[in-house]
Order: sequence, then structure tokens, then C-alpha cells
Amino acid sequence: MKAIRSMFFALAALVLLASAVGCQPGQATGPATVRVLTMEQAGPTVDEMNAIVDAFNKANPNIKVEIEYVSYDALHDKITTAMSSTPPSYDVFLVDDIWYAEFGKAGYSLDVTDRITQDMRDKIFPAAWDITTVGGKVYGMPWLLDEKYFFYNEDLLKQAGFDAPPATWEELLAQAKVLKDQGIVEYPIVWSWGQYEAAICDWVILLYGNGGSLVDDKGAPAFNNPTGVKTLTWMLQTIDDGYTNPASISYVEEDVRNVFSQGKAAYAVNWNYMYDLVNFNKDESQVTGKIKMALMPAFEGSGVKSASINGSMGFSVAATSPSKDAAWKYIEFLTSESIQNQYSAHLLPIWKTSFEGENLTKLQGYTPANAVTVPMFNEQFPFAHVRPKVAYYPEASKALQLALQEALTKQKSPEQALNDAAAKWVELAK
Amino acid sequence: MQRKRTLAQQDALVAFLLILPSLLIILGISLQPIVSTLYLSLFEAQRGINVQNVFVGLANYAALLNDPVFWVTIQRTMYFTVVSVGLELVLGLAIAQLIHSHPPGWQFLRTSLIIPWAVPTIVNGTMWRWIYNADYGALNGLLLQLGIIDKYIPWLTKPNVAMNLVILADIWHSVPFIALILQAALATLPADLEEAASVDGATAVQRFLLIRLPLLRPAILVALIVRTVEAFRAFDIIYVITNGGPAYGTVTISYLTYLEMFSFGHIGRGSALSFLISLFTLAMAFVYIRVLYRPEETL
Repeated sequence: MKAIRSMFFALAALVLLASAVGCQPGQATGPATVRVLTMEQAGPTVDEMNAIVDAFNKANPNIKVEIEYVSYDALHDKITTAMSSTPPSYDVFLVDDIWYAEFGKAGYSLDVTDRITQDMRDKIFPAAWDITTVGGKVYGMPWLLDEKYFFYNEDLLKQAGFDAPPATWEELLAQAKVLKDQGIVEYPIVWSWGQYEAAICDWVILLYGNGGSLVDDKGAPAFNNPTGVKTLTWMLQTIDDGYTNPASISYVEEDVRNVFSQGKAAYAVNWNYMYDLVNFNKDESQVTGKIKMALMPAFEGSGVKSASINGSMGFSVAATSPSKDAAWKYIEFLTSESIQNQYSAHLLPIWKTSFEGENLTKLQGYTPANAVTVPMFNEQFPFAHVRPKVAYYPEASKALQLALQEALTKQKSPEQALNDAAAKWVELAK
Repeated sequence: MQRKRTLAQQDALVAFLLILPSLLIILGISLQPIVSTLYLSLFEAQRGINVQNVFVGLANYAALLNDPVFWVTIQRTMYFTVVSVGLELVLGLAIAQLIHSHPPGWQFLRTSLIIPWAVPTIVNGTMWRWIYNADYGALNGLLLQLGIIDKYIPWLTKPNVAMNLVILADIWHSVPFIALILQAALATLPADLEEAASVDGATAVQRFLLIRLPLLRPAILVALIVRTVEAFRAFDIIYVITNGGPAYGTVTISYLTYLEMFSFGHIGRGSALSFLISLFTLAMAFVYIRVLYRPEETL
């Protein structure tokens, strides 16, 4: 009996201990902790982001920011999983423009409309506010204004006898034929057409560059028409003709950068961050000093001069966060004009005022890359298109990725594949 | 007599109390999620704060069973499972036999065998993604130098090729597991049976098929159950190497569940899928045990 009794005591002690561990520590003591989830990809490096956190923590002794990084492809699912616990695992998270509608509807992102000052409204690009605003409510602070750019290897083009980059996709193919025939490069252009969001970004560039669009005024799918079919057929044809690197069907942006950095492609389409790495970073690139940027081409006869994809992101406060004010304070610091100017090598500021007058000269002088990317941003951004703002975007996107891939791997005709995806979009909108 | 039974009861009570903590942990960690998954699968459940779930009974299951995508995915998953586990068993058995015959350096071989198995699946997947890369991957480099191909091949751009390459990566990772289990079992087999058979004139093939293989059956059973269940639920290696592409060509049932549950936020439908996976794996384990397990042969 004695053994049993001591067993009971031991068990009781164990249960007590377990419940004590489970207790929440009091909120009153110590500085408020703000946990931040962001990505390690495009934009500032981890070292730069950590430096911003350190500066903020030093200036605000009553707030302690802790930051975590994931890859872009894991970010969405990590946020939605984190938000299912109370309190959420993160107080601040980075949100891609295509998720704002979903997170607003799900109640994950805090409505910060009242926290936006008139000064912010006036000085930040309207296009940046469009990213974080859904149905008139602001769900986050813009942070990263990005779009895809057209890159070319000037050295390879000169070898083929071309002094200027192509202005249209037709002209690009004509140049590509010479590059290929002369054996300068086997596959002149490389894309990110893998089964990822990256494929949608490249598709938007080509579709809008052909005068098409993803959805019509009422939000119904508008890509399954002759323009869409023509664009997708063009993509397929460039693979068959050997102008597009056939591995593009499995590639994302980093693969594009690696191939382009090795001089194995004369043209590439990628985000802003690639310019600094390919043209200036000798550890990452074999073609430093040879890379130029140009306005994204469009198709002849489409009436379009250029078209690109808007891939901007913003920071949101978790709606269920216990420390909303501290979280917002950090976001304000992170997106302030001075911080954004300081780290502009990998991230162009959201502030219109950074691009005006004396500030523009300063901004272009911050890094060697800025001298090229800042004017290029001004030139290209008016042509950047946003993807539909719908709560079911991830599923709609996956259906369209599948359609593109089915056509590119020749399992379905472009027409059939696009019709199937459009039918799925209609079903999702119900 | 009366006193003795009380003692036995006391022993039983102590025994129960001793296993109670682990029982609670097992119930908490494995039973509770299964029960709540089953519960959620009966609702039209969406993601979000203060979202009301609507009870729909078995509608999620009915929708899945009527969806051609589900059945295509099941077929693809079965292909992945059968091919990878089948080849792993054959290769694993061959390697186990090789080590068992104690060639020079067999101890080194046995130790180095653990390396692929010890590599985390995500790392393994990343490694193979690089190896398969069309423009700077080791596979193209190797085949080109050996003169087998005359130009680089974009490996991961055809659905069936991509599937077989993912299987190859999975085999590389998991063969050591089967080889080590079978090698350990071989080491415990009594040698006299085979010696006697040898004296009686049985050939090596006969000895292998009629003596060694039946004696290995319990070990094979364990290896097969573990590997089949793992292969059927394969996710991470696919996520890293192909992300389900090209054109859904490598989307297995676990990957589909991940898409529904985490990417699309269909918690109800995703739960129904997870529960179906549990039923499928349970059924497979049951079949294995019925076919392979003979209680009297337990070593």
C-alpha cells in the first residue's frame, strides 16, 4: 500500500508541476515583446533586417522585437497556421499583395485605417496603398514596392551584333535566333514557369503585354479568350523553337538568377534584387558589369508599350495580438523614410518624396545598383499590373498554374487548359 | 488465496499507474488529433477568426470520393509507394546479403550506409533538386562526361520523368533503413539450418528461397509496414524537389491534403482527406499482417 500511496503523491506532484508550467506568466512585467515573421528572399538581407531590429530595440527600451525568417513559399502557410492559436505566434507579419483580401476576410490582419496619418497618405505612393487596402480598409503598411524587370546581357548581345535590347517580344525572338544560330548561347531566354506563383507573375507580364488581362471589370476570368490562347501558344512555341530554356517549366526566380549569372542566358525576367547580385556581386555572378536593364517588352500590334507584374508586400499587425500598439510602432519605424532610404540597395522606398528633387539624387547615390534601379523603377512601375484581390486567390492561382503547366507539358491544348482554369475561377467566385 | 489475489490486483494497479503517464501522452498526442480531425471532417470548416463551422455530415467525404482528382492522386500515390518500396526491398535485401557475407571492409560499408538515412528528408530533397537541375546539376554533368547524353536534359519538366526521379531520391534515402533491419535479422538467423540443407544438396538459390527468406519474414514485415506507411504519406521530398509539378505530376495524397488544408484553407475537406489517409494506411498494415505474419515464426 505504501508503494501505491507514494506513487499517488508522485503523480499528484507531477500534475501540479505540469499545470504550473502551463500557466501564462503575467503580462505586466518586463518590456512588451513583439514577434515578427518575415521572409529571407528578395528585399533586404537578414543582416540588414537584424540591424533595423537592433536599432529599434535600442531606441525603445520598453519594447523588445524578436524576428524570424522563412522562405517566401512558406510564408503564407506559416501565417495562417500561426493565427489559429490565441494569442497568435506572431504580432507582426509580412503579407504579399495577393493575400490581403484573404487575410482581411479571415480577420487575421488588423484594420489600421485609423492609424494611417495624413502625412503618410500624402507622401507614400498611391499604388503602395492600393496593395494593402481592401474594400476601403487599410490592412497593413506598405513595405516593399517591387515588380519584375527585363534584364539582358549586353556582352552577349554585342557578340551577336545587337546594340540595343529588344522593345518587343517579336524583336526578342529575332535576336534570339541570331544568338542561337551563332552558338553564342544555347537557350537565349530563361523564365520562372515552374508550378509556383512565379509562373503566374511571368504569365501576367506576357498576357497584359499582349493586350489581355486576368479578369474583366466584374472580376470574371478573362484569360480564356483568343489573346490568352495566343499568349500561351507563344510560350510553348518558344520552348519548341529552343529560344526559351526548356527547364523554365521547373524553375523559380532563384533558378533564373543562377542560370543568368552563369552567362547561360542572354535575357531574363526577375525582381529588382537580381540586378545588384548579378551585376556587382562577384561571388554570386560570372557576368558582373555586363548586365543592363530595359523596359519590359510587349507584343507588336497589341497597342501595349510595356507590361509587368506588381509584386509588392506590406507588414500587418495580427488582429488578435496582445501588443498591437507596440507592434504598430515597430512597423512605423521599419517603414519610415529614413530607414527605407538607408537600406535602399535591396528595397526601393515606398515614399514618393524619396524620388523627388534632391532626395532622388541622394537615393541614386546610396549604392551602385541604385543608380540604375531607381530610374528603372520610375520608368517601369506605371506598367505594373496587380493580380485579382480575392479571398480565394491561392486556390485560383494554383488552378491557373496547373493550366499553364498542362499546356507547357502538352497534356492539354492551351485553349482547353485555360478554359478549365477559368471554369474553376467561376466556381470559386460563387 | 484471498491474500494472493489482492496482491495480484495491487500489482496490476501499480503496473497501470506506471504506464499511466505514457498512456496519457499517447492519448494526447495521437488519439486526440485523430478524433478532432474526424470531428472537423464533418464540417464545412474555413480558416479565420470567429468563423462559424457548418455541420455537413459526410458531405466532404462524398465530394472527395466523387472527385476524379482524388482518384488520380490515389493512383499516383500507389505508384510512388509500390515502386519505391518494392525497389527499396530488393536493393535493401541485396545490400543486407552483401554485408552478411562479410566482404573486406564490410564494417565500414555498414557504417557508411547510415549516412543517407541520417540526412533529413528536406536536406535530401534539396540535394537532389540540385543534382537534377537542368543547367548546373550533377546528373547532367555526369551523364555528359560518360558520353551517355550529348546535351543537357531538363529532367523535371515531364510529369512521369519527374515522378520517377522523386522516387529515385526517396530510394536513395530509404534503402539503408531496410538494409540495416534485414542485416540485423540475418545476423540472428541460426546457421545450422542452412548448413544442414547444404549437406543435403540444396542449391544456394533453394537455401535462399526456402530457408533464409521465410526466416526473414518477420523482419521484412516490419520494414515493409514502416516504409509503406511512410511512402504513402510522402510529402516533404516532393515539396522540395518539384512542389507537386510539373502539371500536378508529382502531387501525392499528402501533398493534396497540404494544398487543401494549408494553402486553400479548406479545413473540413483537408481533415476528411487526412482521415482517409489514416484509413488507407491502416488497411495496408492490416493486409501486410494478414499476408506475412505467422505467430509461430516469431523469432
